[in-house]
Amino acid sequence: MALKIVKGSIDRMFDKNLQDLVRGIRNHKEDEAKYISTCIDEIKQELKQDNIAVKANAVCKLTYLQMLGYDVSWAAFNIVEVMSSSKFTYKRIGYLAASQCFHEGTDVIMLTTNQIRKDLSSPNQYDTGVALTGLSCFVTPDLARDLANDIMTLMSHTKPYIRKKAVLIMYKVFLKYPESLRPAFPRLKEKLEDPDPGVQSAAVNVICELARRNPKNYLSLAPLFFKLMTSSTNNWVLIKIIKLFGALTPLEPRLGKKLIEPLTNLIHSTSAMSLLYECVNTVIAVLISLSSGMPNHSASIQLCVQKLRILIEDSDQNLKYLGLLAMSKILKTHPKSVQSHKDLILQCLDDKDESIRLRALDLLYGMVSKKNLMEIVKKLMLHVDKAEGTTYRDELLTKIIDICSQNNYQYITNFEWYISILVELTRLEGTRHGHLIASQMLDVAIRVKAIRGFAVAQMAMLLDNAHLLTGNTQRNGICEVLYAAAWICGEFSEHLEDPMHTLEAMLRPKVATLPGHIQAVYVQNAAKLFATVLRKQEGAPDSQAAQETSQLLIDRLPLFVQSANLEVQERASCILQLVKYIQKLQQKDVEVAEEVSALFAGELNPVAPKAQKKVPVPEGLDLDAWINDPPSESESEDEKPKAVFAKEEPKHTRPRHPEVDEKELARRREARKQEQANNPFYIKSSPSSQKVYQDAPGVEHIPVVQIDLSVPLKVPGMPMSDQYVKLEEERRQKERAEKKKKEKKKKREKRGRGKKGDSGPESEEDITPAHQVDIVTEEMPENALPSDDDDKDPNDPHKALDIDLDKPLMDSEKLPVRTHRPEVLKSPAEDGDGEPAQAEPKKRSSKEKKEKKKDKDKDRKKSKEEKKKKKHKRDAEPEEPVEEQMEEPVQSEASAEVAAPPTSTPTEASDLDFWLSNAPEVEPTPPETTSTPETTSAAAPESEPEEPKDTEPEETKSSKHKKKKQKKEKEDKEKKKKKRHHHHHHHSDGAGDESVQNGTVEEEEPLPPMSNYCLLAENSYIKMVCDIQGNLQDGSQVVVSVIFENKSDCFLKSMEFNVLDSLNSKLQRPEGAGPHDGLTVPFQLPPGVSNEARFVFSVQSIVMPQKLKGTLTFIVKSEDSSTHEKLDFKLHFTCTSYLITTPCYSDAYAKLLESGDLKASSLKLEGVNMPFHHLLARICFHHHFSVVERIDSCASMYSRSIQGHHVCLLVKTSGETVSIDAKCDEPSLLGNVLEEIKQTFSRC
Amino acid sequence: MIKAILIFNNHGKPRLIRFYQYFAEDMQQQIIRETFHLVSKRDDNVCNFLEGGSLIGGSDYKLIYRHYATLYFVFCVDSSESELGILDLIQVFVETLDKCFENVCELDLIFHMDKVHYILQEVVMGGMVLETNMNEIVAQVELQNRMEKSESTVWVFFPFFCLFVCLLQGGLSAAPARAVSAVKNMNLPEIPRNINIGDINIKVPSLSPF
Repeated sequence: MALKIVKGSIDRMFDKNLQDLVRGIRNHKEDEAKYISTCIDEIKQELKQDNIAVKANAVCKLTYLQMLGYDVSWAAFNIVEVMSSSKFTYKRIGYLAASQCFHEGTDVIMLTTNQIRKDLSSPNQYDTGVALTGLSCFVTPDLARDLANDIMTLMSHTKPYIRKKAVLIMYKVFLKYPESLRPAFPRLKEKLEDPDPGVQSAAVNVICELARRNPKNYLSLAPLFFKLMTSSTNNWVLIKIIKLFGALTPLEPRLGKKLIEPLTNLIHSTSAMSLLYECVNTVIAVLISLSSGMPNHSASIQLCVQKLRILIEDSDQNLKYLGLLAMSKILKTHPKSVQSHKDLILQCLDDKDESIRLRALDLLYGMVSKKNLMEIVKKLMLHVDKAEGTTYRDELLTKIIDICSQNNYQYITNFEWYISILVELTRLEGTRHGHLIASQMLDVAIRVKAIRGFAVAQMAMLLDNAHLLTGNTQRNGICEVLYAAAWICGEFSEHLEDPMHTLEAMLRPKVATLPGHIQAVYVQNAAKLFATVLRKQEGAPDSQAAQETSQLLIDRLPLFVQSANLEVQERASCILQLVKYIQKLQQKDVEVAEEVSALFAGELNPVAPKAQKKVPVPEGLDLDAWINDPPSESESEDEKPKAVFAKEEPKHTRPRHPEVDEKELARRREARKQEQANNPFYIKSSPSSQKVYQDAPGVEHIPVVQIDLSVPLKVPGMPMSDQYVKLEEERRQKERAEKKKKEKKKKREKRGRGKKGDSGPESEEDITPAHQVDIVTEEMPENALPSDDDDKDPNDPHKALDIDLDKPLMDSEKLPVRTHRPEVLKSPAEDGDGEPAQAEPKKRSSKEKKEKKKDKDKDRKKSKEEKKKKKHKRDAEPEEPVEEQMEEPVQSEASAEVAAPPTSTPTEASDLDFWLSNAPEVEPTPPETTSTPETTSAAAPESEPEEPKDTEPEETKSSKHKKKKQKKEKEDKEKKKKKRHHHHHHHSDGAGDESVQNGTVEEEEPLPPMSNYCLLAENSYIKMVCDIQGNLQDGSQVVVSVIFENKSDCFLKSMEFNVLDSLNSKLQRPEGAGPHDGLTVPFQLPPGVSNEARFVFSVQSIVMPQKLKGTLTFIVKSEDSSTHEKLDFKLHFTCTSYLITTPCYSDAYAKLLESGDLKASSLKLEGVNMPFHHLLARICFHHHFSVVERIDSCASMYSRSIQGHHVCLLVKTSGETVSIDAKCDEPSLLGNVLEEIKQTFSRC
Repeated sequence: MIKAILIFNNHGKPRLIRFYQYFAEDMQQQIIRETFHLVSKRDDNVCNFLEGGSLIGGSDYKLIYRHYATLYFVFCVDSSESELGILDLIQVFVETLDKCFENVCELDLIFHMDKVHYILQEVVMGGMVLETNMNEIVAQVELQNRMEKSESTVWVFFPFFCLFVCLLQGGLSAAPARAVSAVKNMNLPEIPRNINIGDINIKVPSLSPF
């Protein structure tokens, strides 16, 4: 045996460890992959060994290999094994590996639940810490649901190290299990004021993260955060809070007003740049939210802009970048204050740092006006020429287009200039935005009618020089512009100077190398051009020309008929046949031009990209209803919307011209392009070998384009668009001069119709566009719905966290709590999987029955409610049993939050109003409050009762009755709700539900609710109920949890709990207190509220039950007086309370019974009328036993006392008789326990 | 939220990767490559912020990085983090590494990836900043290391015992080398870093049974 251990250890010594692996990899640079594969083989061998150290070492190496990109998911189970090692060293390795490679799809994760739970409750804080860290990386919805309560308990751990980790991980839990947010929130809020700065910062972190996504739910925390902001000195916390305020101010302008002053102070006082920057940012957000009406409003703006200018001028590139970033935020609302810094921003365009240039570009977008657009774009075009690297150039290109096209071309005064800019942009090498340029060309040509003549001429030129653009045929390459060019030339061919020439250009054999969709457009538009040409030629005397044209098409089109692209092929063969037919007619001297052009007659209207989506559903039409009974699943779904579209918009459906498709296509493409244009992220493209496009021929007068010149006419040293800048300058000067003359007559010159000119700066109004342009707005269907909600992402995980936190917590919302299971699995390996899935159907079937039972259970319900208020034990909790199914019915701490009214009541909202309205804080009735009864009844803001907002108004003096009734109503509602939402199945609706979760009892009846809390004492002011439990960690301690409930409508305070010690049991008092001093209850009770306190007793002998006398003294404070009151009680320590639910395997159990050290005793119960599993559940629950094995109507059970006595029961039932045979190593203890069991069953 | 933390050297070799959102291994490598590509072509005197990691996140995400000697420390964060704050955090992290490793260099990270992870776990947890106070971080790391050591003190004497057993066993030719590598494997503080002893891993036929 010993040798075996030695051998295992030696094996371990000779395994490679991580360092060896790394070294090996470094030594095998040339055949790394091979080396690693042999290493993986070794690791696989190591993982097969029993020695945990060897396994841990192997897993550690796998973590390294994972970093290098090797998939190690095959070792997931071994990782779990290492995680469950009892040694911290190995555990840490296991959790690290798990956090690196586990994810929601890892199936072994569900095996880890119990292990993690065990680690979370480990006495060693680093075990807990390591588990929390690991869990934060791979938490799944199942884990989150099962562990939420454990983690919440850890939020109040004694060690700040654990607290801060537990607080942080709650965010992940919320994301995965949104139902936990409401029950956990009050505690999270508490942590904002934790004494440890680390915990505080963690809580701020989590709440900021939550609030960022759903700010409106967190407005009520503003006063608290404000306090933190003014008191905290931790810059990290301050930054987070200030950022949070930035998210909150848009919702509450009054908050902004309150913030300005402290923020300004911070800006002036802080030396930390990061803090200063965030302050400026938030001030900007505040200023944005306050539209106007602030006296020192402009002063703040000035301060911000001035500080930002300092940042931008700083030599530190980081500050420069951030300055620009913040500046762009100001720009949105206060463009004027930024525009004065145009020089600075243009200067940044020359910066060597790309990030900064991009930021500056963003700023330029907002700085353009009609006046400076041309100038700015000219500058940008210069940058385009200079730019190295396609990413930045592409960015410039999109920015130029964005700048020009923003707000429906608001700032463009001369569209000819814009078209020439677009044409110039086509010279860009290797750009990926051919698409974008093309869509702009199409958009402008379609929507600005006046420009069509010019556009067509330019496009014809592009087509003619197509060979310069075809070098780059990759997707989105520049050749995309040919698509637009061909379409524009075809569609608006009446503007063409020389259509014949263009037609020839479009039918060149080289076209066949273009991408398919472009060829298709070529073919289609060649047909349009053909129609135009025919018309011209037929009018002319020389009719031979028309026939020659037909012949040209007949010669060239077969090339396209052979195309591999279906679309091209189909169109080409169609048109080829058409032309052949036309040729036949021509030969018979039939005039065909009219008919041919009729094929393409009609104007195309631009349609908004969202138009189809916005078509309203006509009244009475149910799109989801079947028109006929569904014959099979093959029914195509997109037919129906189409039909609607046709009905609604008859003008868009024409007789089946090929154009209809074409138009649709173009429209869809355009929509796609626009979507892409909105995406600021582009993947770099590789530079291509395309030739530079020669300078476009300059033109003095529009639209003179001399296509037939073999050498392009060139204005030396000046690209074409510059000409327009010059021209425009001249024009404006002339206009200004003219205007001066006309001013006396007060006659306004022509202005562009259809423009949203009024939104531009005032000073620009006198700049008139060069042409009378008509920007046709995109068509929308009639009655289009104005809703713009189609931008939301339905998959956003934060959507689920949009939860109203101010509503009082409902019973159903409490976190699932582990309770015992009456049945036991034999081997630990079987545990853990499939549980939730099995629990669900059970729950469903139990619900109906439950409702029927409800009336009968009234008295039970009472106890159930009490139970809900029971608090989770923190310091005195027994150590976690190994197996889940036998755990004690520990109650959620969340339940206590119901009792102790937290933060969340209607008054909270009014508190906010009050806080914001700047009134003195002593007077808690704010002017704005709505007349909710709560606010009037509540004496202090903290003392609101927990009724929901919508209670009947007569309920002022809260009575306990009413509350209970309401609770019941709530429960009813909840139950109904649950029927619909089955996923609630884990919510504790009482212990009974929970205790049948184990799948094996599925068909049996649900358990009635149970509670261990029994009445301790009661008078007209206060009611005390208590539960007594042993403390596993210390064999001589018993913990008494007492719930104090204030039944009166007065405030109870200064409560003192005192017990007369006996020889055997003593109340543990703090050091220094005398043996007869009372313990102060650490809270006060507002009316109607209950809260729980725990008291620890030390006990010497546990074999006998005993009673202790005690008193509770307290002060009753009503509005006019306060009295001292006293309540006596008797604390009954039963032997049961010394027992602790402890799991035991059947083999161990058998051994124990065989050992013969145990004394036997037995008990017979008559007339027990309940199902066997109820009986077992009761024994388990009330007497802290666990089921070892159950066979039909016979079960063996086990429990252990805090001092280590074993108690074994064999329970048999036949009819109404139950016989219990028991064995224990302490006969008197056994006798007492049996007596108590008997009492339990005689009571029911 | 921090979405990912990447440390790689001037050649793009990853030294530590920590994703707080799941990506498959090949995607992780692609992200590292892309990030390296973006970061490496930037001068040292340009700003430390980068937009355009198209693989992680989207427009909301930024790369914030620092370049120390041969290593790049890259944090991919969303807009809820303060840019300058994260830069400070990187500094804190590196200084912590420096304290824990005593003059940290790339080799420390290469050979002790696990330890770097443990340190990082005390700084950032699940994508959120856990602790920014360096002394606190170092204290926690050291306490945990001490715990680890206390668990393995027994083993310090083990190599000598092994040597003894090996000799007994008669595997005479192999024994010394194995014992040496056994000694080497112990985390003794004096282990010389940086020394290449890869060759000592002589393949030994399986141990003869006891």
